[in-house]
Amino acid sequence: MAVDNNSLSTLVVKRLALGLLLLLAISVLIFAGTELLPGDVAQSILGQSATPEAVANLRAEMGLDRPALTRYFSWLFGIVQGDLGTSLSSGRDIRTMIGDRLGNTLFLASSAAIISVPLAIFLGMVAVHYRDGIVDKMISITTIATISLPEFFIGYLLILFLAVNWNLLPSSSIVYSDMSFLERLTAIAIPCITLTFVVLAHMMRMTRAAILNVMNSAYIETAELKGLSPFKIIFHHALPNAISPIITVVVLNLAYLVVGVIVVEIIFVYPGMGQLLVDHVTNRDVPVVQAVGLIFAAIYILLNMFADIMSIIANPRLRHPK
Amino acid sequence: MKNNLMHDIFSHLSWGARIGLLSILIFAFAATFAPWVSPFTQDEIVGDVWEPISAHSWLGTDQLGRDILSRLIHGARNTFFIAGAATLLSFFMGTFLGFLAAVSGGRTDQALSRSNDLLMAIPTLIFALVVLSVLPASMAVLIVVMGVLDSTRVFRLSRAVAVDIVVMDYVEAARLRGENTLWIIFREILPNALSPLFAEFGLRFAFAVLFLSTLSFLGLGIQPPDADWGSMVKENKDGIVFGIPAALIPAGAIAILTISINLVVDSILSRTSSLKGGR
Repeated sequence: MAVDNNSLSTLVVKRLALGLLLLLAISVLIFAGTELLPGDVAQSILGQSATPEAVANLRAEMGLDRPALTRYFSWLFGIVQGDLGTSLSSGRDIRTMIGDRLGNTLFLASSAAIISVPLAIFLGMVAVHYRDGIVDKMISITTIATISLPEFFIGYLLILFLAVNWNLLPSSSIVYSDMSFLERLTAIAIPCITLTFVVLAHMMRMTRAAILNVMNSAYIETAELKGLSPFKIIFHHALPNAISPIITVVVLNLAYLVVGVIVVEIIFVYPGMGQLLVDHVTNRDVPVVQAVGLIFAAIYILLNMFADIMSIIANPRLRHPK
Repeated sequence: MKNNLMHDIFSHLSWGARIGLLSILIFAFAATFAPWVSPFTQDEIVGDVWEPISAHSWLGTDQLGRDILSRLIHGARNTFFIAGAATLLSFFMGTFLGFLAAVSGGRTDQALSRSNDLLMAIPTLIFALVVLSVLPASMAVLIVVMGVLDSTRVFRLSRAVAVDIVVMDYVEAARLRGENTLWIIFREILPNALSPLFAEFGLRFAFAVLFLSTLSFLGLGIQPPDADWGSMVKENKDGIVFGIPAALIPAGAIAILTISINLVVDSILSRTSSLKGGR
């Protein structure tokens, strides 16, 4: 048994190391994506009519005349020490600009996750139970529909009906730091429902596929022949074996939520990281875009790494590759 | 022969897929013949701001009093053209590199696959936003950025498909004949990989439409005075809080188009996969 534990921890450590390496590579990619592409930050700040001298001066002032490699390492070491740099457009410290926004975004995303994950797994199991029946068909049609819908269509439809026509919920999702928890929840209700719609269908479909895959196994047939009740079979025999693919699906969708949240924040004018990112892409404020982009990418990679590690732990077969 | 095949495919489409196909054809027709089928030009002010649906303007007017139906039809051109060009680019790049990785194997495969994994490790939207913060906003830039980012998904599929084909006897025979890599890619692999790639093309196109619309909605895609469906949503979004549903019309058009494509692809996939024993 000792060997087994050992190999599990080795696998996890390996995956962690790979994740860190990936994070480093991503930081290179984000830096290269903004620095090496044609287009000059100094030029774009000053505009096309600027004299070459003015551009050169600004480049020197911003340290842009140093070689790219030096700039990359000073950027990276700054970030590791918690210094995200300063904004080009406002000259403010990026860390103070982010301030509450990271918390706001995580609050919105995790509220959507708390609703959508249990719901998706439950509906996935219902679809398996009534497979090929009318309920399953209905679920699969809604799945295709919601996968194809743009976030803003769902969002504005919900605003129009829930907020404007029926007056049930507020249409504005502005949150302040001195709001009570309940007020906050009411403010994010519609964005939260929108995000849930965005990820629910996909998560449900994958849950259904994962359980169905297991349902075709011989031991399920045995359980059926033993005369166990259908829900008992799904809960006690299928679900434990489907847990690793389901975890993967859930975490992958949480990662998708991190991206979906950007568009949802713009729809609802919600003060989060997504809005910060889009605003500064429009302003061409590269340091802010780099910092926020790296934070989003890091969350995404960490979630993926977490999914891998969870499925290594949940599935003994992955620990002993044939 | 070809007619028979088309008929064969069509007769196996589900009813949902037939409706989907019909609406794709209607959209494509409207986009192609935009100047002839739209009642007004796209910049013409035809009435008051945000007029409701009437006999005069069938889908109402937008935030400047322009006819929404006409703008929708003209905008379809931009949406179709950019999404189509980006999908084509991603397929040229993705399939070529994917096949190259599968045929070459060894270090080339490792290098290509690992750099692909790296690009796929960042969400497409985030990477697009980072890159668009320094690149000029133009149609060519949009097509290249969308095409390159999406080619990672095509690469993964085409490599997986090609890896199965590369071990076939006829590829071995071609290698022994002394054919070079390009010949093997285009004459042996490509013809045998067409059917899964065709279905993927539909899905990637639907994704490209959604992605372009999202970028335009965020104000980073097609720039005014040009319009596409995504930027029309952005222009009209302020009406929503006053109960004016104008923004929902272009958003709904995007939804109908992508649902239609998904229905058709779903139906084709379920047919070909049953033919090939679930592959």
